[in-house]
Parts: sequence; C-alpha cells; structure tokens
Amino acid sequence: MNNSANNHSGVGVQVRGLRKSFDGQEVLKGIDLEIRPGEIFVIMGPSGSGKSVLLKHIIGLDPPDAGEILINGESIQTPEIASKYRLALVFQSGALLNSLTVGENVGLYLTEHRLKSPDEIKKIVAEKLEAVGLKDVTDKMPNELSGGMKKRVAIARALVIEPQLILYDEPTSELDPLSAVVIGEEILELQKQIHVTSIVVSHDRDLAFGVADRIAVINEGRIVVVGTPGEVKNSGDPLVQKFLNADFKREPQSKKL
Amino acid sequence: MFENIGEIILLFWRTLLALPLAWRQRQKIFDQFFEIGNASLLMVCILSFFIGGVLSLQTGPLLTEKSLGSYLGGIVGYSVCRELAPIMMSILIAGRIGSAMAAEIGSMRVYQEIDALRTMNINPIHYLVLPRLIAMAVALPMLVVIAILVGWFGGAVVAEGNNHISISFQAFYSSLRQFVEPKDVANGVFKSFCFALIIGVVSCHQGLMTIGGPRGIGRSVTKAVVNSIVLIVIFDYILTRVLLLVK
Repeated sequence: MNNSANNHSGVGVQVRGLRKSFDGQEVLKGIDLEIRPGEIFVIMGPSGSGKSVLLKHIIGLDPPDAGEILINGESIQTPEIASKYRLALVFQSGALLNSLTVGENVGLYLTEHRLKSPDEIKKIVAEKLEAVGLKDVTDKMPNELSGGMKKRVAIARALVIEPQLILYDEPTSELDPLSAVVIGEEILELQKQIHVTSIVVSHDRDLAFGVADRIAVINEGRIVVVGTPGEVKNSGDPLVQKFLNADFKREPQSKKL
Repeated sequence: MFENIGEIILLFWRTLLALPLAWRQRQKIFDQFFEIGNASLLMVCILSFFIGGVLSLQTGPLLTEKSLGSYLGGIVGYSVCRELAPIMMSILIAGRIGSAMAAEIGSMRVYQEIDALRTMNINPIHYLVLPRLIAMAVALPMLVVIAILVGWFGGAVVAEGNNHISISFQAFYSSLRQFVEPKDVANGVFKSFCFALIIGVVSCHQGLMTIGGPRGIGRSVTKAVVNSIVLIVIFDYILTRVLLLVK
C-alpha cells in the first residue's frame, strides 16, 4: 500500500454508463455519477433500488456488465488501483471477522500488510476506537457488541486504512435515533479531519439531509435526481417528493357500535 | 462436482503460488494444525484400533484354520499401512475437519467477511486457504502414522486375545516385520498427503463458493464432504496403480 504524504486527500469518483444484471434482471440501468474529491455524497432510494449493488461496484467488489468506474480517472478494475488508492467500505452488517477480537479486527489491515510493529498497531487501534467513541472493547469478540457498536468498530477498521474514499452501506440501519446521530456526526468529523471522499448509501432521510454535500436519488436502477440537499428537496419529480415526504398516517378509529 | 474441477485446480494452483508467503501465516497454520490434531486424535486412535482389530478378527480364524496363522501380522500390517489407515483417516478428516472448513469459510462468505478482506486488499487465498491447506497437508500424514501404529496394535491385541486366533504379540509382530517394509508405510503416508490436499482444496473451494444464507452453508458443507470422499476414492485407485509400479 502506498502511504506517501501526497496521497492523503480524497479522491474523485466517476461512474459512467454502469449496467448490471443478476439472473437476467437488470438492477443497474446505466448509472452516470460524478463525485468530487472530499465531498460527502449520499445515494438515497427505496429498498431494492440498486444502491448497495452500486456501492459494491464503486469499490470493485463486483465487476460491471457494461460501463466503468473511475477513481481519479483510473478504472477500478485496474489491478494496481488497490495499491495506489486507499479505499474502505463500512458494511451494513459491519462484516467484522467473528473469529477475531475487536482489536484484531481493527488492526487487521496493518497486521496483514505488515505496515507497523505490534506495539504501534495496538496504539493505533486504541486511538481509532477512541475516535469512534469506544473504549475497553479491544479484547471483546464481535458477538459481544451491540449493532451500533459493531458499526462503529467497522468505521474504526476503515479509519485505520487512512482512506481516501470511504463508502458507507446503510450506516444507520437497525440503529436507534441517538446512535444514528452519533454515526452521522462521525461521518462529518472524518470529512473535516482527513478530507476523505465519502459515499453514503442510505434511505435514512435525516442522515442524508444532515450530512450530505450532494444527494442522488436512485430508483429502479436509474438516477432520478442529483443535487444539493436544497435542490433535491425542491425537485419537482413526483417520485422524489413521494420518497421524501412518505409518512405513516394513522386512520381515525371508527366508532364501535 | 466435475463442473467445478477447473475452479478447484485453479484454486490449488493459486494456493501453490502463495506458498512463499507461508512463513507470514505461521501462526494461523499452527492454529489450524492444532485444531485438526486436537479435534481428531482420539477419534483416529479409536477408529484405527478397531480397524486393525476387526481385520484380525475377520482373517485370523480362517488363516489359523488353514495353518497360515503366521501370515496374520503381515496381512494386517500390510493392509492397514498401505490402504486402510490412509483412506479411513482421510474420510474421517473430510467429515470432521473438511466440513468445518467449508462451514467456516462459507459463513464468512455469506456474512460478507470475505468481501471485507478484499476491500482491505487482503487476498482470501493467502489469508484463509493457504494456512488450512498447509496445516491439513502436515497433520493428516502425521495422524495416519499414528493410525498405522494403533491399527497394528489393535490387530495384535485381537490376535492374542481371541480364542479362535490365539497368536501371540511376538508372533504377530515378527510376521509383520517379515512382510511390511518401511516403503509400505511411506506409501500410505504419501497417499494421505495427496488426500489431505484434496480435502483442503475441495473444502475451501466449497466455502468460497457459498451463496445464500444458512441453507447455502449447509449445502456447501455436504458438498465439501461428499466431493472430498468421491475424489479420495478415485485418487486412491489411481495412486495405488501408480505406486504399485514403483518398486
């Protein structure tokens, strides 16, 4: 991994004509996006709209059927990309390795790539866990943690990489409102501290409008609108308005005879 | 199974290419080695003792009746070391350890832990497959050596203890020494080394190919064990033919 000093700023991401099908069903139908270096870009949309699939393509976990993803102008499919840019994904489930302790999970990248001595790794792990508000969990196993703690550990694990691009897959799902706010604050704090480019996939409207520099709304594999939170809010697209204003309405109870 | 044979060979080749990185993974290799030995040693001893015993029991009375009792040690010794210990222990390890490997890697796949490794630029073959394959390739032949010794002992105990056979320990081992040569033991150990590679690579491949949830993991475990056993039996025949040519 290249840890050179000139490699610490966020990267730009371009998605061009991205298409993907699973078992004959087209999930992404020609996505075009441009994400600027250092911005927090939120991708919103209803469940099953293709948000997570898009995220997996952006980090190179899935190959596209057509189209391309460029990181600072270089295709994500290029073998050298993983050693040239530091990319991290915070999975919806956390995806912590269950056989390792929290500390080993957070320090895994440094341990496996032999970037630091064991003592330095211990120190860095403690620092990153503290940065996400966790203490005294280093020796715990992932199954001893709550959902919110797992997500924060996953963020700490991503921070260890000192990423130039960090992707969050539904970071506030399954979390109570207070924990969701903490996660949102952490996303903002990271951008402030290390100017990382952040792509957040979420259908949490509060999180999206709270942290985003720009928002894209995706539906049935197509981008419906892209703009600042204000522009998206004022979009005339009926689907966007329906998605943003959807609310549970309780029918008045009928009087029992 | 046969539609995946190309993928299995490719995985094996990629793991071989990663061999220079084995020293880095020594802790994981040791953990896996301990896991295989610790989980299987008692079972290996029980199984091989009774295999040797039942072989004596089946052949002993007949040989004694035909006044060929002095051949019993040789027959039991030869069968156990060249065939029964390697194949039975390999089937045991495929069921006990191969299934565990497929389940562990399969659940890592289903719960996105392998994706997480890839996003950290950690090669799952280096991290998961290499240590398991090396540990298996070292542990199974060692278990087979133990199984051969215990199998011989089991055969001798039954030969002496059974009233229809009544061949002393000394006579049993003297016959065994007369017929069984070190190369016969080496032959069995070599076979078990090949079977270990089959179990390791087939189980890891099934784990890595797992899709779906818990049902997918279950399917992978079953396939790992069944495919390993089928390949072990096929390769047993091929290896036996080849090794019989080597004098």
